Amino acid sequence: MSAHLSYGRVNLNILREAARKELREFLDKCGGSKAIVWDEYLTGPFGLIAQYSLLKEHEVEKMFTLKGGRLPAADVKNIIFFVRPRLELMDIIAENVISEDKMHSPRDFHMLFVPRRSMLCEQRLKEQGVLGSFINIDEYILDLIPYDGDLLSMESEGAFRECYLESDQTSLYHTAKGLMTLQALYGTIPQIFGKGECARHVANMMLRMKREFAGSQTQILPVFDSLLLLDRNVDLLTPLATQLTYEGLIDEVYGITNGYVKLPPEKFSAQKKQGEAGKDLPTEPKKMQLNSAEELYAEIRDKNFNGVGAALSKKAKIISAAFEERHSAKTVGEIKQFVSQLPHMQAARSSLANHTSIAELIKDITIRRLLILCNRGKWIFSLSLSLSLSDTASEAFFDNLTVEQEFMTGVDTDKVNTYIEDCIAQKDPLIKILRLVCMQSVCNNGLKQKLLDYYKREILQTYGYEHMLTLNNLEKTGLLKPQTSTRNNYPTIRKTLKLWMEDANEQNPNDISYVYSGYAPLSIRLTQVLARPGWRSIEEVLKMLPGPHFEERQQLPAGLHKKRQQGENRTTLVFFLGGVTYAEIAALRFLSQMEDGGTEYIIATTKLINGTSWIKSLMDRPEAQAS
Amino acid sequence: WRARCREYDAIWDAATLKESKRAVNSIRSLVEEEDEEDDVEKVSWSGEPVGSISWSVKETASSIRSTGEVRDQSFPKINTAPSLPKNSSGYSLSSLFKAFGETSIRNYAPELRKPKSEYKVRYVYSLEKFRSLQDKLLLLDEAVNAHDGNVITAVLIYLKKSLSKENLFRELITREIALRHYIHFLKEIEEQKLLVELFKSLDRTEDMALMQYRDHLNIRDENKRRDFLKSCLSLPFSPDDATHVQDHYTLLERQIIIESSGQADIFKKYPRKASILNMPIITTLYYSCFYHYGESDGTYSSPANIRKTFRISDKQFLLTCLGARAKLKAWFDVDALFTTKNWLGYTKKRSPIGFHRIVDILQKNNAPVQVLQEYVNLVEDAEQKISLAQKYKCHDVIINTYRDLKDRQQLIVYRGKVERGSSEYRKIEEILSNSVR
Repeated sequence: MSAHLSYGRVNLNILREAARKELREFLDKCGGSKAIVWDEYLTGPFGLIAQYSLLKEHEVEKMFTLKGGRLPAADVKNIIFFVRPRLELMDIIAENVISEDKMHSPRDFHMLFVPRRSMLCEQRLKEQGVLGSFINIDEYILDLIPYDGDLLSMESEGAFRECYLESDQTSLYHTAKGLMTLQALYGTIPQIFGKGECARHVANMMLRMKREFAGSQTQILPVFDSLLLLDRNVDLLTPLATQLTYEGLIDEVYGITNGYVKLPPEKFSAQKKQGEAGKDLPTEPKKMQLNSAEELYAEIRDKNFNGVGAALSKKAKIISAAFEERHSAKTVGEIKQFVSQLPHMQAARSSLANHTSIAELIKDITIRRLLILCNRGKWIFSLSLSLSLSDTASEAFFDNLTVEQEFMTGVDTDKVNTYIEDCIAQKDPLIKILRLVCMQSVCNNGLKQKLLDYYKREILQTYGYEHMLTLNNLEKTGLLKPQTSTRNNYPTIRKTLKLWMEDANEQNPNDISYVYSGYAPLSIRLTQVLARPGWRSIEEVLKMLPGPHFEERQQLPAGLHKKRQQGENRTTLVFFLGGVTYAEIAALRFLSQMEDGGTEYIIATTKLINGTSWIKSLMDRPEAQAS
Repeated sequence: WRARCREYDAIWDAATLKESKRAVNSIRSLVEEEDEEDDVEKVSWSGEPVGSISWSVKETASSIRSTGEVRDQSFPKINTAPSLPKNSSGYSLSSLFKAFGETSIRNYAPELRKPKSEYKVRYVYSLEKFRSLQDKLLLLDEAVNAHDGNVITAVLIYLKKSLSKENLFRELITREIALRHYIHFLKEIEEQKLLVELFKSLDRTEDMALMQYRDHLNIRDENKRRDFLKSCLSLPFSPDDATHVQDHYTLLERQIIIESSGQADIFKKYPRKASILNMPIITTLYYSCFYHYGESDGTYSSPANIRKTFRISDKQFLLTCLGARAKLKAWFDVDALFTTKNWLGYTKKRSPIGFHRIVDILQKNNAPVQVLQEYVNLVEDAEQKISLAQKYKCHDVIINTYRDLKDRQQLIVYRGKVERGSSEYRKIEEILSNSVR
């Protein structure tokens, strides 16, 4: 389940093993049979650390989801609550504890807070009169969860909101703690770079914590050469754009949570034997795990979607050829050899089938739009008859993309955009509208007051006045703002950092801009420039972006200085404070693989995000939205 | 960009997917055949791995099944598993006291020298050793320096209990970070009143107003909600927001009136799907255009009155009205929406939105060809007009356009597309035979 974590440049399985060990130790503290009551949100992240089998080995016999009322019957000695430190969960737990029938089933209560204990929560339990019922209250420090061979996430949903809207720096503290843990396992990171207020905070905390634990220096040869801390608000633009890599598009269209995606089952039902198909079509969504443990997925996940078709068909040919080999297998030895490879080939085949289906699902949404777009131009007569009316989904997709690209290249960012206007009139999902309006604002360094007022009025009239709360939040985080000066910095930033590449090659990329079909993510450009030629070359632009930029050095214990071999790559950990998108990750992997790149990247973040989940986290009561 | 789109098409239409699909299928049949021959163990490819935690929760929650059935998956055992640094978990408060130096720990918090497990549950009481204001503030500053939100909150809970709010507020004003945590803390425990006072003393009146306004979301009863919104009107919003809140209040007030009015027969014919209460203004306007069309401007529920009260733009008004009337197939009303008379009494059709959009909306509402045709004809751009006419099969428009363009060739082509002997066919024949080459 976890082998793929150790394939990368840095063996992240060490981190996972450490987390598993902690978990076992806690479980053993509560002796005897046990039942775990789960805060449902945690089951996803925990799944990346341990399987049920581990829990079972430590006498976990039952597992329940946290719900109000009485706990289900279970003949166990211990009840353990695995919960996030949230007040509303405390109320539910109190209800559970109070309605427990003490006479019949004397069960011991334990509480495991993930990732941290909270005073506020314990206070609440005390008010409810149940704090004393807990034999053991502990914390399970799950700061950085290994997601993939080169990817760590804290899966802290509210991190961006807390840091940039509510100015609550608790998640930064957890970040610093997570980085300390990482250094305990992988050695002190000699160089720290950063850009942004939050980055500065985290670096300060790390340096201070290091001073305080000066006695317990780790004697580990450093694995990382440097750490780059980046504030999400340094680059507000990138997550707003639609990701165009394979993995990014899966996330945009279906949403990936904790490494899993849920897909409409129709396309997959056909994979059953012909006889079964049609009889009972599956209604449950198909759930698939997505990580680099799957060979084919590792190969195509970071490709621009336009390159995926070719890769799939190439793979198909290879597999076909491999199966054909059975005809040439003559001797017993050859046949044996072939048979021994069959399971692997079958796995490859079903992997290919799955991804062909996913690619098709996504293609259905993205490509048909093309015809319509052409229609607006010169090809009306030749193409118009091939139109069907079911094109609305893909139509919207390409219109949307066109507008995004116009904004990113600086076209008409100071005018009312008719596409946005139309989308509002058609009452498209509010988040889509907000993504576009914010993007226009970011690309124009704020909107003229009159324009901003116009958009706001249209939105409030169409979606409801209560959304003024959300609009206020967006303004506070700088995603949406009135233009304060006449000077728009964005074109300068775009030109200096080459954020727009006119002829991005999607099939055989030679630049990171392929991940957004032309737009090179600002955050990754900063990372790239830092590695070569260094930030000194872009001082002017750095000053235009919010927050300070800095460099710190951490002293290494004598004898731990790494002697670099000739031509050996550097390893840099890039930490995105406030979230990172799959397309940005793809761009960093692209840089890692560049032959003369010289740097390999490991990526860490507070949360994997896309424009939709990000905007949603800034909305006030998105669920209270009128239909 | 467009060029790239074409390329995009080409890439995909190179039948790559089809090809790989075919390959998959051929391999599948191959494998199944192999299976029978060799009885090779099948590699399962189920998305949800058996034995994952979320799967198991589902499994054991349905208590009928015994957990023994859960298939086990072995995991690699590493005997020398690395350990996380141990000092990290006890870091929070103990290090805070470390910051005071050994002596102060002895003075202030003797409990801390007890074994960890003992003080952990009780550490909140240890703060009570800090009695003077100066000590308390020192404690707060140290907590802030530690950046651990949990510790800061712990100290704030203690200060909230032990200081008068005037004192606490005054000190917090100069301590930005502690202040933010305090605000967050008050929000969490829903101490609205105290929060309002705090914002007032900080002169952050707009925040205060928004926060109070936010509370309306918790009120279910519409009359209470309306009264609450009314009480919000006097709050110190920014000028923009003040207008929005005023509109919000007026809207709900109207909705309550509209909700219980209207002619019974239309509701019988088209039963409502949902109540209009708390819907956005555009939805309300749509409702009004649907159920209250033609009422005099003076009534609250009439479209004209709503348009005026809420300053709805011409575009929005037209789109909404059109949507509602087209849905009811009230084509005369649709017609009237666009008709303007000049001073001589001539009528002309005008629209603040391109007629191609109007056509799309009408088509979506299943307008008959005769109606569509009229609006397709109003599209200015000739190419767009033809394209729309073809899309919606408005034969007359196409034929007339080609006739006007004197495009004999296209007419002949088009004749091939319509049914032989139909009226369109005859019309083309007629034009072709009448026109002079």
